[in-house]
Amino acid sequence: MVRKTFATHFWQGNEACAEAAIAAGCRFFAGYPITPASEIAEHLALRLPQVGGITIQMEDEMASMGAVIGASWAGAKAMTATSGPGFSLMQELIGYAFMTETPCVVVDVQRAGPSTGQATKCGQGDVMQARWGTHGDYTSIALSPNSVQEIFDLTIRAFNLAETYRTPVVLLADEIIAHMREQVVIPPSNQIKIINRKKPKPTDKAFFNREEIAPMPSVGEGYNVSVTGSTHNEYGNRFTADRAVHEKLVKNLIGKIRNNAEKIVDYESYNIDDCDVGVVSFGCTSRAVYETVELAKEKGLPVGSVRLRTIWPFPEEVVRNMAKNVKVIVVPELNMREVFYEVERVIHGTVPVVSVNKIGGGEMITPEELLAEIARSVKKVD
Amino acid sequence: MTEAFTIRRYLRDIKLPFCLGCGCVTIISQFLRAVHELGHKDLSKFVFCSGIGCAAWIPSPYFKADSIHTTHGRSIPVATGIKLTRPDLNVVVFGGDGDIAGIGLSHLVHAARRNLDIMVVMVNNMIYGMTGGQVAPTTPLGTKTTTTPYGSFENPLDVPPLVVTAGASYSARWTTAHGEQLKEAMKKALTTRGFAYVEAVSQCPTTFGRRAGFKDVAEIVRWFRENSLPLEEAEKMAVEDLVKKIVVGEYVHRKISTFTEALYRTIREAEKSAKTN
Repeated sequence: MVRKTFATHFWQGNEACAEAAIAAGCRFFAGYPITPASEIAEHLALRLPQVGGITIQMEDEMASMGAVIGASWAGAKAMTATSGPGFSLMQELIGYAFMTETPCVVVDVQRAGPSTGQATKCGQGDVMQARWGTHGDYTSIALSPNSVQEIFDLTIRAFNLAETYRTPVVLLADEIIAHMREQVVIPPSNQIKIINRKKPKPTDKAFFNREEIAPMPSVGEGYNVSVTGSTHNEYGNRFTADRAVHEKLVKNLIGKIRNNAEKIVDYESYNIDDCDVGVVSFGCTSRAVYETVELAKEKGLPVGSVRLRTIWPFPEEVVRNMAKNVKVIVVPELNMREVFYEVERVIHGTVPVVSVNKIGGGEMITPEELLAEIARSVKKVD
Repeated sequence: MTEAFTIRRYLRDIKLPFCLGCGCVTIISQFLRAVHELGHKDLSKFVFCSGIGCAAWIPSPYFKADSIHTTHGRSIPVATGIKLTRPDLNVVVFGGDGDIAGIGLSHLVHAARRNLDIMVVMVNNMIYGMTGGQVAPTTPLGTKTTTTPYGSFENPLDVPPLVVTAGASYSARWTTAHGEQLKEAMKKALTTRGFAYVEAVSQCPTTFGRRAGFKDVAEIVRWFRENSLPLEEAEKMAVEDLVKKIVVGEYVHRKISTFTEALYRTIREAEKSAKTN
């Protein structure tokens, strides 16, 4: 089987994610079976060895994340894929990856939780976990695809962001996007933008805790790099009690993402300057919004939409701008309010925010249901 | 061997953190002697991984080498990622009994099952030393610790045979009272292809010895020597008679197929078939 590039395919979301990882240069995958993410591991088990890469099924999710971190420090672009229960188990080492500035990609194909919940049914309840999942102070990048094509595109972007900012990046997919099949167009490989981590010069010694993104050596290159999850200075020396070093480190970890938020933030907007109602949506739920906007237009109700492609950092400015024009903002999501709270936080109560929720059974919010909620919300504020 | 052993060649110029009389210092010395006697002039072909606990500080940051100090118990998974990506490097894990046989036990068993080509040194001080002396999965029955004030009522885990059963190429246990044997075991472990496990029973005078009723460091080390029993003798004895004994020796040393060999064979075949199809 030759490499599937520059072609049109009819792929499942998980398959597109796996192929995108290969296209992005991923050569190491470690994972543990879990519905609805297992197809990513299965596909990479077949495909990665064909391009000289490694897929290993580890004994659990901690081990998977650990192996990914080890592979990344050995110079490989590395990824794991899981769903909510596994994502919970990985949080310990995701925190370690933040602290040690280890580039890697974590795919979370969301299902209905908490706990085992409904393993085969879609959910969107891991939004806050992708932001605050591990303990301590940090900030994260999480991308949210809403089509099979976009799983492909955003998986590549996830690797590019991980390599650029030396940080774990979460691809926050969901069961519906991961399991449906759609057409995917793969551009010629020379048209796919690939970013690789900045490597140190032989004289470099400071590989951590810097205001700009520090260059990253690999083990075995002669740098005698000291990697630690304890508080450390730019040389990797531990400072387990020094306030100033800890503050500088945490501020640098947060700063490298927050200060570059403008470059990282990505969204799709429609009709936001000329609408009465704004909808903020993401992932599979956003697919119903397109039709809702059309249905509303037929009824003479102008609806604008912001679809989050990065959930973290949150596209604050566009949501704030939309709030200036609308009477109400509606947030549909397959959870009991997560993005809703973020919208409320961002717009500071300038307009009412209405939450539309549906959970369990893998059922989507239909355009008709969403339209009814929009109509009800408009009536309430008028 | 032409050059004399100088430990400073392998160590960064920083003060070691260990308590006075800690067994970790003996283990550092014997490991670096083993490295020296195998002809390594430096540690440039090594990568060290460790987790959390006193023993995890052995390589990091004191060895003049690449070291990855991971979270509690996860040193072996991180070592797995490194070894698979860079099979040319010697990957060595240092960890305590809590790190390796407590929170990280499943990783130890699975790495041994895969016969992953890494070396694991488990420093067994029979206690959680860094956190102040709580009972460990290796604490001898009846020992008083901060979380077993009436004496431990759990059976300790015997790790070397477990690693053998799981499928390792090499497994041995010695104590800090057996410096030479420990060094020789480490040399064998470093030159054996496949998973190599060396357990070093080590004294913690601060949190183990004090509460377990030992007067000083020398008394613990003497207890190691007097209570140690060669594996060949222990095999002839009843299990009840082995309680509180430290069985020492080589549990296995065998030539069996290793994980990186099998993995890279698979990759080469898959690459070849992908090119021809």
